Amino acid sequence: MELLLASAIGVMTATGLYLVFRLRTFPVIIGTSLLSYAVNVFLFASGRLVVNRPPVLSDDAAGYTDPLPQALVLTAIVISFGMTAVVVIIALSAYLSSDDDHVDDVPEGLAAAKREGEPEVRT
Amino acid sequence: MSLFLIVALPFIGALLPGLMIQAGRQACAATTFFVTFAAFVGLLTHIPAVLDGGVVTAQAAWLPAIGLNANFFVDGLGLFFAGLILGIGLLIIAYARFYLSREDNMGEFYSYLLLFQGAMVGIVLCDNILMLLVFWELTSLSSFLLIGYWKHLPEGRQGARMALAVTGMGGLAMIGGMILLGQIAGSYDLTVILEHRDAIQASPYYLPALGLILLGCFTKSAQFPFHFWLPHAMAAPTPVSAYLHSATMVKAGIFLMARLWPVLSGTDAWFYTVTTAGLVTMVLGAVIALFKNDLKALLAFSTVSHLGLITMLLGIGTPYAAMAAVFHILNHATFKAALFMSAGIIDHEAHTRDIPRLGGLRKLMPVTFVIAAIASLSMAGIPFLNGFLSKEMMLEEASHTTFWGSAWLMPVLVTLGSLFSAAYSFRYISHVFLGPQRDDYPSQPHDPGFGMWAPSAVLVIPVVLIGVAPFLAEPLVRLVTQAVIGSAAEMPDAHLKIWHGLTPALFMSAIAVIGGFVLLQAFYRPLAAWWAKASRPEAKTIFDAFIAAAVAGARGLTERLHDGALTRYAAIFAVTVVALASHAWFTGTMTAPTAPFALPGPIQLVGWLVLVSACGFLVYHHRRRLIALVIMGVIGLIVSVGFSYLSAPDLALTQLSVEVVTIILLLLALNFLPNETPVESGLGRRVRDGVIAITAGLFTAMLTYSILIRDFPNGSISDFHLANSYKGGGGTNVVNVILVDFRGFDTFGEIIVLGIAALIIYAITEALLSGPVRARLAKRQPDAPVAGDAHPMMMVVVTRVMMPVVLMVGIYIFLRGHNEPGGGFIAGLVVAIAVVMQYMASGFAWADARQRYPYHTIIGAGVLVAGLTGIGAWFAGAPFLTSSFGYFRIPPMEEFELATAMGFDLGVFLAVVGAVMLSLESFSRLARRSDERASEHPMDIDPSREDDETAPAKEH
Repeated sequence: MELLLASAIGVMTATGLYLVFRLRTFPVIIGTSLLSYAVNVFLFASGRLVVNRPPVLSDDAAGYTDPLPQALVLTAIVISFGMTAVVVIIALSAYLSSDDDHVDDVPEGLAAAKREGEPEVRT
Repeated sequence: MSLFLIVALPFIGALLPGLMIQAGRQACAATTFFVTFAAFVGLLTHIPAVLDGGVVTAQAAWLPAIGLNANFFVDGLGLFFAGLILGIGLLIIAYARFYLSREDNMGEFYSYLLLFQGAMVGIVLCDNILMLLVFWELTSLSSFLLIGYWKHLPEGRQGARMALAVTGMGGLAMIGGMILLGQIAGSYDLTVILEHRDAIQASPYYLPALGLILLGCFTKSAQFPFHFWLPHAMAAPTPVSAYLHSATMVKAGIFLMARLWPVLSGTDAWFYTVTTAGLVTMVLGAVIALFKNDLKALLAFSTVSHLGLITMLLGIGTPYAAMAAVFHILNHATFKAALFMSAGIIDHEAHTRDIPRLGGLRKLMPVTFVIAAIASLSMAGIPFLNGFLSKEMMLEEASHTTFWGSAWLMPVLVTLGSLFSAAYSFRYISHVFLGPQRDDYPSQPHDPGFGMWAPSAVLVIPVVLIGVAPFLAEPLVRLVTQAVIGSAAEMPDAHLKIWHGLTPALFMSAIAVIGGFVLLQAFYRPLAAWWAKASRPEAKTIFDAFIAAAVAGARGLTERLHDGALTRYAAIFAVTVVALASHAWFTGTMTAPTAPFALPGPIQLVGWLVLVSACGFLVYHHRRRLIALVIMGVIGLIVSVGFSYLSAPDLALTQLSVEVVTIILLLLALNFLPNETPVESGLGRRVRDGVIAITAGLFTAMLTYSILIRDFPNGSISDFHLANSYKGGGGTNVVNVILVDFRGFDTFGEIIVLGIAALIIYAITEALLSGPVRARLAKRQPDAPVAGDAHPMMMVVVTRVMMPVVLMVGIYIFLRGHNEPGGGFIAGLVVAIAVVMQYMASGFAWADARQRYPYHTIIGAGVLVAGLTGIGAWFAGAPFLTSSFGYFRIPPMEEFELATAMGFDLGVFLAVVGAVMLSLESFSRLARRSDERASEHPMDIDPSREDDETAPAKEH
């Protein structure tokens, strides 16, 4: 069980990172979503894996799993939705304004400096 | 007056000039003058106590944990310097009133000046070296503002930047030195440090501390090789030059050397470093000053030279030298400030301060001539003026100091320095005031008004008075000297006298004065011609080259790491994390695993297989975006099933509903984005990315596995939550109780963040729709043919039927959340999905027209409700967000529980609904613009669509 979960996290991390290294916005967004899954599951797993012991108090429960990571991950899931949405709108607005969804744009100042081959004049 | 008030007055007063300038320049200057005057008078009230040999203190603990105390004390040295700062400050303020023209923003100037004054007073009265560092940096910053006051002058800006770079760098070094010093002494309080001479000098950290502190002092006091910033700072208005660069700021380094003299001086390291730097600065400054044609540059280098002289005296380390240093600080402050002011007057009247264009001003400006002549002669070391007395003491001390093993090296060098000093002093008089009157001054010069020359005249009075009757200054000088040397040495039994007999010093002095006169009269012209031709290292060029190299280095590094390519940052980040983590992995120690290895069951294995193959599929098919999205949904689903299996029902519900919302969101985005990702990266790059990704994945898996097979090393804090969830929070669902109660403040922050994210999305959408993108969107052709029935009847009916059911489920999940899996977050997501379904079924316009409350309001209401629930606890006398609960019974219903946490959860619920809906709605609005037609009915058929398979052709 532990090995399965650990390797699943590893696979999701690797997949997510590979997609993050792509050159267009959409795969990068999918990649970050996958990384969020991996991170959330990792945080959750730090409470150790327990089957059939939900952290809901009752008189006949044999024991409980660790509730704290769950609470943290719950908000993390919701926040990661917010983050994804913001990244998506930024990507979308960039694409709509320039018809280009590359992520590797060189900033204008840097591009100008590279063109001239020398630092701008300081006064 | 309390020392706190004396230090605080200039800072508080710095607010006034900016306001008072509205009432006119006179009022502005008067206010500034009054502020300084009040502080000055406050300082004077402490004179009796200090004269009695006492020390006045004012103490307040600020951050005692790190030894940072707001302690102030005034002894002889502090009183002397604070008196100089405030006293000369008064004269400068009066002088600046007449110096600044109508175009200059006087309020700004006086604000900066007071800021600087407060920082200076803070340095000299401060009893805590950490506080002192704060004031020290403040002087660097405020002097930057003052030097660059004339923002339109490039020299001003460059000079300000250079001064900031040099003194700021020294300040940084000094922070290190001071912390070392404080660590050695065991306290950051100056008075305590001063008692630990032996411990400090015996410490192995003495040398680094000394070096760093001296770096700070030398840069501030313009000692060689950091002297070059001072002449460039002369681009400042003359009042600034007179105040900062002759009387006060450049003396801050000197002050600190004098202040720390008891603990730092007396060692070989101190003697050779400080004396050599001082001596070199003195001679070099004097030589350069002689050949400068700019009046202020001449004075600047002469200041450098005199600062070198004082530094050298402090370096020698004998009590008599310290006394001479103190006396010269006083004398130099008076005559040099007067000289700067007169240079400013000449500049102001003749509109030039270039010496070759001046000359013959004696008759035109008689008052200025008298003032400048007296001050210059004092600087040259002519008897019956105060400069002579302290120079005589310096020569006396130098004449029997063995330096680098030679008895004559120092006397020769100081005589040479004095000779040049005399020469440039005479030059100031003869080349500016004497000689024939000219008729080509840029402006016809004449004496300025009383207000402008009076401050310099006031300064000349002590020049003459002390020069004629040195015994008048003796009590002060002895008092200050006593404060400088403290208990480190015996007070010298010397007196300030004009006539010491036929001492070597007298002969050296005579050689210097006569030699200086001869040098100027006979050799100046050929020497100046040679000087002009000789190639010298230009400090500014070196400095600029140094800065350019630093900038180029930083730029090279930054551009290599940070060239705007996101993929590169991501790769660098991943590699760095892996490298650091593997370092920890291979060097750290691990405890033995506690969980035995267990073979996975078949169901677990199936879940794992689905997940892993989905990931593989995703990588393989990631270019086909719709498919990628579907696979992502599958992965999310498996994750949520996993949560459910591993005893986390709340997480499973949240993950499931978030998954739905995320997929809808990405679908909306995909509506505008291309459907395919083209192949752009070559095989090499893909392999590289793959290697990095797999390595990172491997490490993550290893890390996770090694955590999972070990128990908590120190137990879990969750035991507290489990034990108190019902007792203290009134709920059995511990996860929910943690969210709304134990860590309610976190949750409160999180819903605010979520709301902000939604508002950002809204704002970006607004910006897009009001910019050029709007036209683009309107002209946009969809990638695929639009469906004929955009709002199919079946979907409309189903979503309508489901709406109340889903809402009911949402409410149910919300209500039971405190005791069973559920709660505000999940309920909010479920309700949001119910509403989104209506948008999907009947279109944005139709649904939007039926939406009565703007989603912003809902987010706001949510945050407000959550916040008010938290505030409610205050009325019960409990801290923010303390919850309480009780059980109620309303017949015929069963007994039920009400908790204030439910109010908080309601806030969470509203915020989540609002945030999710606002984001989705914003995305849909983009789509709506491309399709202006608003449907009036819940379902409709687009008649414009041709049911021909071949048309319409795609644009892309």
